[in-house]
Amino acid sequence: MAIHIGNGAGFLGDSLDAPRRLVESAELDYLTLEYLAELTLSILARSREKDASAGYAGDFLEVLASLTPALVRQPQLKIVTNAGGVNPAACVRRAAEVLAAAGLANERVALVTGDDLLGRLDELQAAGCKLAHLDTGVPLADLPEPVVSANAYLGAQPIAEALGQGARIVVTGRVADASLTLGPAVHEFGWAWDDWHRLAAASVAGHLIECGAQATGGFYPHWNDIDLADVGYPIAELEPDSSFVITKPGGSGGRVNRETVTEQLLYEIGDPAHYLTPDVDVDFTTLELSEQGPDRMAVRGATGRPATGTYKVSLAYKAGYMASSQLLVYGRDCQAKARACAAVIFERLRASGYTYPGSCVEMLGAGEAVPGMVSAPQDLREVMLRITVRHAHRDAVERFTREVAPLATAGPAGLAGYTAARGTVRPVFAYWPTLVPKELVPWQVEVQTADAWSAF
Amino acid sequence: MNTTTKTIPLSQIAHARSGDKGNHSNIGVIAYTPEGFEYLRRELTTQRVTEHFAGLAPRRVVRYVLPNLWALNFVLYDVLGGGASQSLRIDTQGKLLSTAIGELLLSEPAELAAMIRPSTAPNS
Repeated sequence: MAIHIGNGAGFLGDSLDAPRRLVESAELDYLTLEYLAELTLSILARSREKDASAGYAGDFLEVLASLTPALVRQPQLKIVTNAGGVNPAACVRRAAEVLAAAGLANERVALVTGDDLLGRLDELQAAGCKLAHLDTGVPLADLPEPVVSANAYLGAQPIAEALGQGARIVVTGRVADASLTLGPAVHEFGWAWDDWHRLAAASVAGHLIECGAQATGGFYPHWNDIDLADVGYPIAELEPDSSFVITKPGGSGGRVNRETVTEQLLYEIGDPAHYLTPDVDVDFTTLELSEQGPDRMAVRGATGRPATGTYKVSLAYKAGYMASSQLLVYGRDCQAKARACAAVIFERLRASGYTYPGSCVEMLGAGEAVPGMVSAPQDLREVMLRITVRHAHRDAVERFTREVAPLATAGPAGLAGYTAARGTVRPVFAYWPTLVPKELVPWQVEVQTADAWSAF
Repeated sequence: MNTTTKTIPLSQIAHARSGDKGNHSNIGVIAYTPEGFEYLRRELTTQRVTEHFAGLAPRRVVRYVLPNLWALNFVLYDVLGGGASQSLRIDTQGKLLSTAIGELLLSEPAELAAMIRPSTAPNS
């Protein structure tokens, strides 16, 4: 019998209503909620630095509260999420409180840990693991900047283990997005961890639904063919033989067809013959798509090879600060005027002793969003001037943000939009992708009732 | 296959999706029909894509072919100005590249009618 796995969140900041609408409009066995993009963890790590009880995807608690009526009404429904971020234990405790308050105190909640390597970097390097940058080969020891976060992408095994221990809610830190779907599939169907083709198929299903509405008509070039206001989030209907159908709730907006599904298949992949997850090495070149009726695409033919011996690690380090300011520049001479405004700003900053190792001036509307793509039309009446700077020191970036608004009275005529002129200074985290041998990263699963967790 | 001297934008025979992996971006280009795929497989070379995105100065461009999906996948290395967190540009993650590649001009194929998007999209 097929299991139905829906995904209601594709990143931290996705629609707060989508998960509730999804479980109300389709009977799911599993709802997955994916919150962690490559650098989300470094942002969450910064919050944990300031507050030891923070560092998880706070949106999840609000979403979970909205899901409690469905959890009461639908006994089959389980939730698997990486909302734990860099503080899954705190996330589990808060989630347990939400459940207990809704009369779900006896439900079992799982905490998956082991991905967070921040406190283990010295130990790992001492064990001979150089944590070399995947692109440059430079060992981590040569990185002078402080590391903010370091998380291994765990796989589906701890999730399946948690479900096997009766968990209804599984909260993890960093796991591979596709593993959120593979874990439930292995738990339900009892596949072996070397049943590579089946592991590959369910990983493809997970990859297809991990970004939410991007599989169902979101980011679709034919946006005017469909209703996006009520876009349905994706559901994978997985069979025990590992074939599956991608669909969305009946009556919802959006579209599931060959176009939308193929676009999402190709989203953020490298070599399609080797889509590497912690669980399996997936080959997309053998997949077969076929339409199975309105908004239903069947996917067959996935092939898999043995997983590699390493976990990918997403590591981030501090790389200064940045800010972006914008001004609307109006008039037949808007392009020349915008360039002049940028020059004036940098001239004044230089006079005050500030120069910037990284800066970027864009005239949005004049074709500069993708550099070199189109030449600007000559008859433009307005452009949005966007200036962005980066500097090692916060005060230099702060000073930049205060130099844009003065153009209101000390710049040329035809400027507006000063509320966007003073950008927010934010820290920059640079990305250091690397690998770690799996045997050096043991994972842990702890399952307790919501009642027991909230008593912690 | 005969071609005319006229050109068509890629978007007439294919759609695309792009995103980021660190400082690299990939663009999946999907033909609307098998005929369109065969044409793209021949015409949409790594060199054409490199030239189209010269403004991003890719360190290298790698092309992968997926006949089963009527698709080509291009990986453009080091085109995101440092990647999602560090890039100073508005398109920090290469999200616009899938739309931008649609403007790449190809010689108009004689069999264009067999390559354009069917007037009724599948499932619509």
